Amino acid sequence: MLEFQRLAAGYGKRPVLQNINLALSPGQVTVLGGLNGCGKSTLLKTASGLLRPLSGQVLLDGKPLGEYSAQQRAQRMAYLPQGRSVPELTAFRMVLHGRFAYLGFPRQYRREDYEAARAALEWVGGAALAERSMAALSGGERQKVYIAMALAQDTGIILMDEPTTYLDIRARFEVMDLARHLADLGKTVVLVLHDLDLTMRYAQRVILLADGGIAADGAPAQLCADGSVQRVYGVETVRAELPGGGEEYVFRPGSVS
Amino acid sequence: MRDLPTSSSDRRRRLLLAAAGLCLLIAALLSVALGAVRLSPADLWRCLTAGDKTSAAGRIVWYSRLPRTAACLAAGAGLAVAGCILQAVLANPLAAPNIIGVNAGAGLAVTICCVFSAAGWVMSGAAFLGALAAVALVAGLGRATGASRLTVVLSGVAVNALLNAVSETLRAFFPDTAMSSVDFRVGGFSGVTGAGGRLWPAVLIILIGVAAAFLLSNELDVLSMGETTAHGLGLPVRRCRALLLALAALLAGASVSFCGLLGFVGLIVPHLSRTLIGAESRWLVPMSALCGGALVALCDLAARLLFAPYELPAGIFLAFLGAPFFLVLLIRQRGGRTHA
Repeated sequence: MLEFQRLAAGYGKRPVLQNINLALSPGQVTVLGGLNGCGKSTLLKTASGLLRPLSGQVLLDGKPLGEYSAQQRAQRMAYLPQGRSVPELTAFRMVLHGRFAYLGFPRQYRREDYEAARAALEWVGGAALAERSMAALSGGERQKVYIAMALAQDTGIILMDEPTTYLDIRARFEVMDLARHLADLGKTVVLVLHDLDLTMRYAQRVILLADGGIAADGAPAQLCADGSVQRVYGVETVRAELPGGGEEYVFRPGSVS
Repeated sequence: MRDLPTSSSDRRRRLLLAAAGLCLLIAALLSVALGAVRLSPADLWRCLTAGDKTSAAGRIVWYSRLPRTAACLAAGAGLAVAGCILQAVLANPLAAPNIIGVNAGAGLAVTICCVFSAAGWVMSGAAFLGALAAVALVAGLGRATGASRLTVVLSGVAVNALLNAVSETLRAFFPDTAMSSVDFRVGGFSGVTGAGGRLWPAVLIILIGVAAAFLLSNELDVLSMGETTAHGLGLPVRRCRALLLALAALLAGASVSFCGLLGFVGLIVPHLSRTLIGAESRWLVPMSALCGGALVALCDLAARLLFAPYELPAGIFLAFLGAPFFLVLLIRQRGGRTHA
């Protein structure tokens, strides 16, 4: 369980977010949304321990995050940052390094680590990529490898910062399907997403940030219906009934006031 | 429990490592057998197996050639592995101990030790501290200024020049120290003997350092994924980075303490090894150690044989190989940046 209590987060001494109180539930895809600069990534970095809270605290399984060692933290929570570098490693080796937090002396991976990595790569549908270099993979394939790495890490919580950026439409759907499947495994999946369409389609809970705090928190349809999405993003939403049943939201530029 | 073999490429890499080991062995045997006095294989075998240290051949083997060969292998391995570590930690293919001032820092410390007639563990320790100070300065400058990869290397070049200038000044005031020799300034092994307590402590440090680098190969790989990803995987990034830089300083410092400012091993060898065996550190570190040892032993052999009985410092050969290599890398990196 990941909780924020009276959290102020930011860079240096300048708070970007203040008085954040949240509890993120397992088995759900939670999307952090909002306009550029609203503090989505700042909140995720603070949750991952990359940034220290300016005040308040982040609780991981009921204990302040700062009381965990790096290794203990990584055994409970995986974090995939935005804009990752492309190391000269094979896809399998990348996924195997998902087991890094479980390494003991003499710092060599064990049989169960290899098995966990292989299973994780198969789970994301990337078994054929195993021996290929990360540099030779497409953006979507790389993202799958990173997700497999987070799965191999075997944590209850997975944080991903903009996992669909720069991906083509099919790769975006694949990545979001994987995020949903991870939540189906009972994991707490928290994503920062810019794409409202994907958010509406895949999120089970949306937390919209604006003006240094939480502007709205709820199911996607509810936030469209109560006007929160329109207010935070400055767009108009149109609800469309689909011919085969179900509904979709279409977003249009809002009227300039 | 052993690692599971994951693919045929692992078997290929094991073969490559074995081949590099064989090259190292051949280079070492040639280095012991050949020189101003050429020893036949039979003589060599007798000296080594019977422990003959009294005949002319025995004295050459035990008191001159073996320490010298051990020095070549250790310096090559130490500098090459230091280069591997620096390139991974500073995320820069141009980072090498001789280019970013690490060797120069160790050289200055060794020069100061010679002025005060210190040797043995004191000298190895001082070389480590000198190298550590230089690498901390360069890494700190890069971090504080948020400098680009190329700027980090350029600031290293400036640190290198400054430290060498201080060393030269000391040598000008104390011209009689061994550190004033050409051998020290360009790097060489003609003055290396087992006596005087200078060589063996440093060799021991290098052996331990290379083993430590191998044990930390997963940390090197995880760090190469970028700091934030490494953090997410549970690597204590700052502490690990400091530890690895200290290890590189230890290896470079120990090498410089007996072979002088030997250049380019830490640049050429990791790149060649990466081309041969890939960038995974668990393969790259041992490959670099083996290739580094073999390359330096062969360069020293060439330095001894080409104009025998006169000797050139091995560092001259490495400079002939390394300087064009550095330029090619620089051009390639700039090309990559332009097209990015």
